[in-house]
Amino acid sequence: MNTEPKIIGFLCNWCSYRGADGAGMARLKYPPNVKIIRVPCSGRISPELVLRTFREGADGVMVLGCHIGDCHYSTGNHRTAKRMPVLKKLLEYSGIEPQRLYVNWVSAAEGEKFANIIHEFTEQIRALPPFRETMESRTPIEIKPAEKEAVWTSA
Amino acid sequence: MKKKNENQAEVQERIGVYVCHCGSNIAGVVDVSEVARWAAQLPGVVVSRDYKFMCSSPGQAMIIKDIQEQGLTRVVVASCSPHLHEGTFRGACERAGLNPYLFEMANIREQDAWVTSDKTEATKKAKALVAAAVGRVAHQQPLEALLVPIDPNVLVVGGGIAGIQAALEIADSGNHVYLVEREPSIGGHMAQFDKTFPTLDCAACILTPKMVSAGNHKNITLLTWSEVEKVDGYVGNFTVTLRKRARFVDESLCTGCGVCQEKCPKKVIDEVFEAGLGYRKAIYRPFPQAVPNYPVIDKNNCIFFEKGTCKACEKFCPTGAIKFDQQDEILTIEVGNIILATGYDLFDARKVSNYGYGRLANVFTSLEFERLSNAAGPTGGNIVLRDGKTVPKSVAIVHCVGSRDKNYNNYCSAICCMQSLKFAHLVKEKTGATVYNFYIDIRTPGKGYDEFYQRLIEEGTLFVRGKVAEITDVAREPGEEGKLIVQVEDTLVGKQRRIPVDMVILSAGLQARADAKEVAQKFGISCSADQWFIEKHPKLDPVATMTDGVFIAGACQGPKDIPASVAQGAAAAARVLSIIGQQQIQIEAATAIVDEETCVGCQQCIASCPYQAIIYLEDKGKAYVQEALCKGCGTCVGTCLPKCISLKHFTDDQLVAEMVGAMRTMKEFELIPMEAAA
Repeated sequence: MNTEPKIIGFLCNWCSYRGADGAGMARLKYPPNVKIIRVPCSGRISPELVLRTFREGADGVMVLGCHIGDCHYSTGNHRTAKRMPVLKKLLEYSGIEPQRLYVNWVSAAEGEKFANIIHEFTEQIRALPPFRETMESRTPIEIKPAEKEAVWTSA
Repeated sequence: MKKKNENQAEVQERIGVYVCHCGSNIAGVVDVSEVARWAAQLPGVVVSRDYKFMCSSPGQAMIIKDIQEQGLTRVVVASCSPHLHEGTFRGACERAGLNPYLFEMANIREQDAWVTSDKTEATKKAKALVAAAVGRVAHQQPLEALLVPIDPNVLVVGGGIAGIQAALEIADSGNHVYLVEREPSIGGHMAQFDKTFPTLDCAACILTPKMVSAGNHKNITLLTWSEVEKVDGYVGNFTVTLRKRARFVDESLCTGCGVCQEKCPKKVIDEVFEAGLGYRKAIYRPFPQAVPNYPVIDKNNCIFFEKGTCKACEKFCPTGAIKFDQQDEILTIEVGNIILATGYDLFDARKVSNYGYGRLANVFTSLEFERLSNAAGPTGGNIVLRDGKTVPKSVAIVHCVGSRDKNYNNYCSAICCMQSLKFAHLVKEKTGATVYNFYIDIRTPGKGYDEFYQRLIEEGTLFVRGKVAEITDVAREPGEEGKLIVQVEDTLVGKQRRIPVDMVILSAGLQARADAKEVAQKFGISCSADQWFIEKHPKLDPVATMTDGVFIAGACQGPKDIPASVAQGAAAAARVLSIIGQQQIQIEAATAIVDEETCVGCQQCIASCPYQAIIYLEDKGKAYVQEALCKGCGTCVGTCLPKCISLKHFTDDQLVAEMVGAMRTMKEFELIPMEAAA
């Protein structure tokens, strides 16, 4: 069944959320699929929060923060920049398309960029099967007994 | 529309939902009564209403009445961006006796009604956003904001007219101001100008008294030749580190007699104050009325610093004020509020190569003309060509150089039309030359501005409507030899014209300071795409920024003329004084907190904190958040693996509930696929 992509966007309060507001003030139209959740800083977004969002059935998750160097909290987004690529790898490892997680920087002045990002990301997610199909079709990762043992002994 | 809820068992809270029409801003796209009707069945919702303007007094009164009569324990308003009215509604809750942190907003205007074309989809999205807010609000906890005292001292950065005005207003109120200026003297661009439009009173005559007041004021500490290095702290309690560059002159001994300047053998082209048209010495004060009036040694050009010998200034100084061994001083000051009035840079007219500035001698910039026309300038106020003696018989003034041009800056620089008209008047008055104004549109909105334009027309200034294509010295027709030829399409006549003139003045636009971004980062504020500092609200809060305690005034916020800059300087001062008057201020209550039971003492949070707000308690082996230093970014929360640090008001529970609210609503509406519905 073809359904509309359900996307959750975690946006930092100071740059990206204001950028999204800016898109509104400029009356730029974009698809309604993204529901925005405001966080103080993109650094607040723990990987678990993103995973929890996928578990709830989101087809895509966006993490938007201030440009590097512009963070309202000076270096909060440095953590995002390091954390999110690792999370993408983890998603890929667990059989989830990494392109379901989108990370970018949007300043308070970039309403147009924000609207473009929403257009692009919604299309990107539309091109993928619904998230639950991905989950159903995943082939379980086989762990060979020897490897398993090695893991246990090293721990 | 009050309705009893069946799902009461699930949620203990009594939630009120208010959906705002915002006139037709929201209601024109979103079916607001449908959203309110639908929201009434959400878990915990006991009141759900829609109303024309929730932010109005009747709208707020409605919330207050429901809190008191219906015993609401949580409130959700679905309206505009929380950046606009979160404070308004939090205030209403507080007045009704409800902790303001038990309020949540759903942004269905900026992030729904204004960006969604399809009305059905917009209504669905509004429902999802309301469900998210309702889900979240049930998990919110009451918080008490921390009260901190406000340091009454103020830092004003930038000593142009906006900064001077702000500093004087605050100093007059009895509070202390540190006025920091990068150049050797305060005065800014206005000190360089000749006359001011539209009244034509001389800039120096109206500015210098203010400069002197600022220099002498007992409540102003003037720090020129200085720059801000670092800013720490938060509203009410900033610690600012300044670099006071070595002047090589002892300010306590110097009397400002000026003998050193006379005796200094090294002449340098003055690129800053005289816009490259005049000379200064290696030891100099930029202009005779400079405040403070003691000079500064330009280390890069001083013969002593170059060759190790000379010291003419030291020999002749009657008070022994020259100190070649002076070092940069690092000062630390404590202030409660900061006003940035860092001004603008002139657009570099060299970039428009077809206008020939820098290549054709008699093409001048607006700032150069100000100096030419200024009686205290390099020519004593005589308007002459680059050779220093020939009086021009015909002058072209080109508007919008670098402004309203997609190749350079899209915006209108606001002052150039009036400035060009002023130049036209001055040229005509002083030389009697024929003056052409080449304009795209004449923009004269301001008190007495259009009257000035009419006066110029009556004076016989010629106006040609059209953007100049090229300025060249290549003669093609008789009468063009030795002249500058302005090639332009006269759009009123509808034909190409070549107009030979002796002198061209480029009315260059204003642009943000080259280091605006760097400065913005230092003070924790944002820049627009054009690098102007961003105000908190373009109409209703033009001098505040998103960072509490940091205000902006004058042209650093966008192109502005003198009256507007002065008004903003005074406005920023008023805002600061209102904060000082409160004596203490609430700071963010949404800070991080460590759960000591589960903390394993790994100290990852300490490493992640941008403010060193978390410390390690050796005796307990646990992390501890120092509340006054925490700014509530939550980076530590994102970092903590065992989840034992949380950020108040942005807890995992709250964010998950918000996400789940939105997700479940989306899933509810997903049952009908888009294709099937179409």
